[in-house]
Amino acid sequence: MKILVAVKRVVDYNIKVRIKPDGSDVDIHGVKMGVNPFDENAIEEALRLKEQGKATEVVAVSLGTTANQDVLRHALAMGADRAILIESHVKLQPLGVAKLLKTVVEREQPDIILLGKQAIDDDSGQTGQMLAALLGYPQGTFVSALNVEGNEVTVTREVDGGTEDIAITLPAVITADLRLNAPRFVKLPNLMMARKKPIETLHAPEMGVDVKPRLKLLQVTEPAARKPGIKVDSVEELLSKLRTIEGIQL
Amino acid sequence: MKTLVLAEHDGKQLSPALFQAVTAAQFWNSPVDLLVVGSNTSEIAQQAAAISGVARVIQADAVHLAHPLAEDVANLIFEIGREYQVILAAHSSFSRNILPRAAALLDVAMISDALSIHNDNTYVRSGYAGNILNTIHSTDAIQVLTVHSSNFAAASLGGSAEVVSIKVPAAFGKTRWLAEKHNHSDRPALSSAKIVVSGGRSLGSAEKFEQILSPLAAKLGAALGATRAAVDAGYAPNEIQVGQTGVVVAPDLYIAIGVSGAVQHTYGMKDSKIVVAINQDPDAPIFQVADYCLVADLFEAVPTLTAAIH
Repeated sequence: MKILVAVKRVVDYNIKVRIKPDGSDVDIHGVKMGVNPFDENAIEEALRLKEQGKATEVVAVSLGTTANQDVLRHALAMGADRAILIESHVKLQPLGVAKLLKTVVEREQPDIILLGKQAIDDDSGQTGQMLAALLGYPQGTFVSALNVEGNEVTVTREVDGGTEDIAITLPAVITADLRLNAPRFVKLPNLMMARKKPIETLHAPEMGVDVKPRLKLLQVTEPAARKPGIKVDSVEELLSKLRTIEGIQL
Repeated sequence: MKTLVLAEHDGKQLSPALFQAVTAAQFWNSPVDLLVVGSNTSEIAQQAAAISGVARVIQADAVHLAHPLAEDVANLIFEIGREYQVILAAHSSFSRNILPRAAALLDVAMISDALSIHNDNTYVRSGYAGNILNTIHSTDAIQVLTVHSSNFAAASLGGSAEVVSIKVPAAFGKTRWLAEKHNHSDRPALSSAKIVVSGGRSLGSAEKFEQILSPLAAKLGAALGATRAAVDAGYAPNEIQVGQTGVVVAPDLYIAIGVSGAVQHTYGMKDSKIVVAINQDPDAPIFQVADYCLVADLFEAVPTLTAAIH
């Protein structure tokens, strides 16, 4: 069984992004980048399936510029067998990413495609579902537990108000929630070894796919800040303040 | 052209957020159709028909839709989608599972969690866990989007839309529904509660989480929420997680107890009208989004607060 894992390169989750002075986009120049946290869960799950003897090969794929080699090296250092970089100088959107991934799936024929359920930069949460649609594959999204038995994967999905279990016939697209697992730490020797693992480069413009952005970013602004709060010294003071607010009865 | 709204329901009742999605759908000033998918949906379809501003309820009823799967609902939307200029739903785990799939089948982009809708297919939505606002323009012929329901007023009742049944395509068949687990409680639903009492990792254990927060929530008639840290630590179930990857709430009063206030959490609650934070750490970031800040030991302050409420 082969598993393909899609890995997005995003601004590190601890960093508060700045907006460019002209408001055209966020300024990520010189900002620490890394693997999208949900995608790290996806890599980890693929590796666990390999360690359980259920998968034989884990292939990581990332889309972007040559800078994306760092996240692929990270996936390789975690334990992926090989990596594919789809080089694109167009800023890709979920539908374009799904179309490019589809061509990789058609070539690689993985049994499971694992992705994070959303990326922490655009918070769209669409790529996995779109890829499944384009492939005509079933999907298991927001997955917090997963079990492969034969030609079927049983997943627990995190949904509003609880969880849902579904059984999906392979090949399938699975998107990982943070509670799926705790990704392993990468050890330095593994990072060194990962340098020797192959990264194949494909060029998006040569893949015969329309990746033209459908959404145009017009402006980026900061949300209005909440007005500064009041410090209260006791529960009594808190209650007396709250009781003056219309509509609140305590 | 027309607007299609995907209706979420639990087999008995429509989701409260649907009423807000219907209001959002009125933006385009074109007839609004509701798509009700399920099995034995006559009751639900009648409820949907009574929402004012709805032109037509499209009922897709079949045994295999009793627990509607994304594959089947997306195929249904694809079948009828070309009749519509706009296809939308309230942002929820239900719609987030289905609409991206439907959008890809229709070969159009999707706008997730639109905060506001503007002329010329322009939307404002947040990025980076609510740290920035993106104004985006869609160039597609069909607009597929989910809307941030708390930003829209709920549509009222009083409509009498026509209900039409449509032929349901055969089941996709590669996915089987097995089970669902819902933690039923007597508390109001988190996403629509007027008051939310939310706890973080400082509670220290599942027992303390329950013991400290439940009496306060009960007295206030509030829903319980939790941070991701508290959920990961096993203090609270996943479905009450508030934040970027959990539920987004905008109650009249949000009481954050022992919550540090990571941006991933504040994303899910910063639209609350009044925020109260109780935390021992005076530097906790939650105090930057709180209206009333009490630096105190929560194990003393919360029981005192609970006792003082009438």
